[in-house]
Amino acid sequence: MTTRIFVPCDAAALSMGAEGVAAAVASEIASRKLDAVLVRNGSRGLMWLEPLLEVETAQGRIGYGPLQATNVKSIFDGGLGGPHPLNLGPVEAIPYLAKQQRLTFARCGITDPLSLEEYEAYGGLKGLSRALDMAQADIVKEVTDSGLRGRGGAGFPTGIKWKTVLQTESPQKYIVCNADEGDSGTFSDRMIMEGDPFALIEGMAIAGVAVGATKGYVYIRSEYPHAFRQMNRAILIAREKNLLGATVLGSNRIFDMEARLGAGAYICGEETSLLESLEGRRGQIRFKPPLPAIAGLFGKPTVVNNLISLATVPAILAEGAAHYKDFGMGRSRGTMPIQLAGNIKRGGLIERAFGLNLREIVEEFGGGTYSGRPVRAVQVGGPLGAYWPVSLFDVPFDYEAFAERGGMVGHGGVVVFDDTVDLAKQARFAFHFCAIESCGKCTPCRIGSIRGAETVDKIMRGERVVENIDLVRDLCETLRDGSLCALGGLTPMPVMSALQHFPEDFDRSPARAAAAE
Amino acid sequence: MLGKDRAAFASAWNAQAAREIAEDLKNLEGPLLPILHAFNERFGHIGNEAIVLVADVLNLTRAEVQGVVGFYHDFRREPAGRHVIKVCRAEACQSMGSEALAARLERALGIAFGDTTSDRRVTLEEVYCLGNCALSPAVMVDGELYGRADEAKVLALVGARP
Repeated sequence: MTTRIFVPCDAAALSMGAEGVAAAVASEIASRKLDAVLVRNGSRGLMWLEPLLEVETAQGRIGYGPLQATNVKSIFDGGLGGPHPLNLGPVEAIPYLAKQQRLTFARCGITDPLSLEEYEAYGGLKGLSRALDMAQADIVKEVTDSGLRGRGGAGFPTGIKWKTVLQTESPQKYIVCNADEGDSGTFSDRMIMEGDPFALIEGMAIAGVAVGATKGYVYIRSEYPHAFRQMNRAILIAREKNLLGATVLGSNRIFDMEARLGAGAYICGEETSLLESLEGRRGQIRFKPPLPAIAGLFGKPTVVNNLISLATVPAILAEGAAHYKDFGMGRSRGTMPIQLAGNIKRGGLIERAFGLNLREIVEEFGGGTYSGRPVRAVQVGGPLGAYWPVSLFDVPFDYEAFAERGGMVGHGGVVVFDDTVDLAKQARFAFHFCAIESCGKCTPCRIGSIRGAETVDKIMRGERVVENIDLVRDLCETLRDGSLCALGGLTPMPVMSALQHFPEDFDRSPARAAAAE
Repeated sequence: MLGKDRAAFASAWNAQAAREIAEDLKNLEGPLLPILHAFNERFGHIGNEAIVLVADVLNLTRAEVQGVVGFYHDFRREPAGRHVIKVCRAEACQSMGSEALAARLERALGIAFGDTTSDRRVTLEEVYCLGNCALSPAVMVDGELYGRADEAKVLALVGARP
């Protein structure tokens, strides 16, 4: 039997030398004339082990990692699956992976991302096939009943958006996937696009069938060239095999989609700004109402969903709303792909039911900091999320629990900092980032961000610290209440949380400021 | 931004080729960004003649096109150097020392972020997140992504000395 050897094509794996490892594997297979084949899978999300090579054996898939191309020969010398210093044993027994509950990422890292046959063999297309036999309102109800909420950050119930679009009459409707994954500390959208792109295509097709949209766009940030190329390949295959086109899976339903490239603007992750950009304009946000569900892309009713929301839909339709809803806690139903990042020993993707707390994430999964120094802070939910101290590590991962304490789950990124972090600097960066990425439409964001950075600079120099901290608080209120969208509206979150939980970092006596120079 | 918008790949402005690109894409829904990306990649930047041409093909005003070009970080108004280094300066990379890396690269290359070395070899740019946040600091050189980046590795990739 042909032995399959897996080396990921995921950008994170490539960033650590996966291409060289793959080339070495191919040359060993050729020179030893082995009955073996190299498969370029997605990433399992065990990023600290990348590049992670896997060999299919009777004992399951045996992993080796983190590898360099120079390690490959010795793995073949020792016999595939045999003893080797980098042999990790069966990959699925690695606790980091074994402790996960993978629904959205069920196939990622396991299959060949561009094999539709394998996609189907691992449960793909079941959801769409079922949806094609259902009434539109029943599909929407299934998604509503699952409790799925937008995974982009706002946490708005996905089914409600769909229902509005379904009920709005129009000759043309659109499905838009927001893959402008700009939050630092997040990479789950990228992993799906590179490692299981058909899951997104199937999810978008289900959304199209459900609301009566025949055209979809996936808007991918330009910082993700590998994901963009992979999505384009997958879309071509999906068209060839009738997953997309005039007869979706042989039915009489029409759905097609295109991948579009962003152009380096964080604000285009905001849904109305994204629509402006797709239409070929500056990515400036739109006033709401009207909601995109009523007047969205080119003024037509449009579902705008985060990539993870859409890629989760096939699993919900395949297994039923109740199955998905059984995971989670409170009003946070199902699973959340948490991305553990920054200064962390074992960073990667952790898909688990809501309810895991930060201690379990950072300490048990992550193993503490990469630097070996004590953890001092985490920022959860991207650049607009709160900075939290270790004393809040018992808070469960849950939309409401985070919001109660002035934080947010966001897109599920957890960035870890060790004790060398300066939270005044991080607060300054939050304003600075807002200034760089502001679309300029509303004054609090456009001007407040710059004034905020200047004021934190004064605090850091020890100038009238108490008064200037008051000024920052006041400015944060204006930004929060007066901005048109989440960029200006949420920039106060990292700033205020840093002030609240790490006041010592803002206590800059002139002497201390001078000493730090 | 797909890595080919640099001098090593770019060809000189060619109005006929540009018009063909624009005509080819103009029937897409929302054709402006795809056309600008194609120009950026083919010609390495979007000059005034490109703006005039796109405005003509899409029946937009020059101001509208220029406004779009100016809004997005990716669209270059000037050609880049032969190599483009993009250093991630967002939070996850900050937690792993990206600011120190950024400062060392500026010093080694003798330029600030946004600038190109006088020999046109290297353009140094900042970027906010490359999606490689579990393997920070992340750097993209000529469209290829690198994790756990350090100064020596990055400089070697562009043939510069530390």
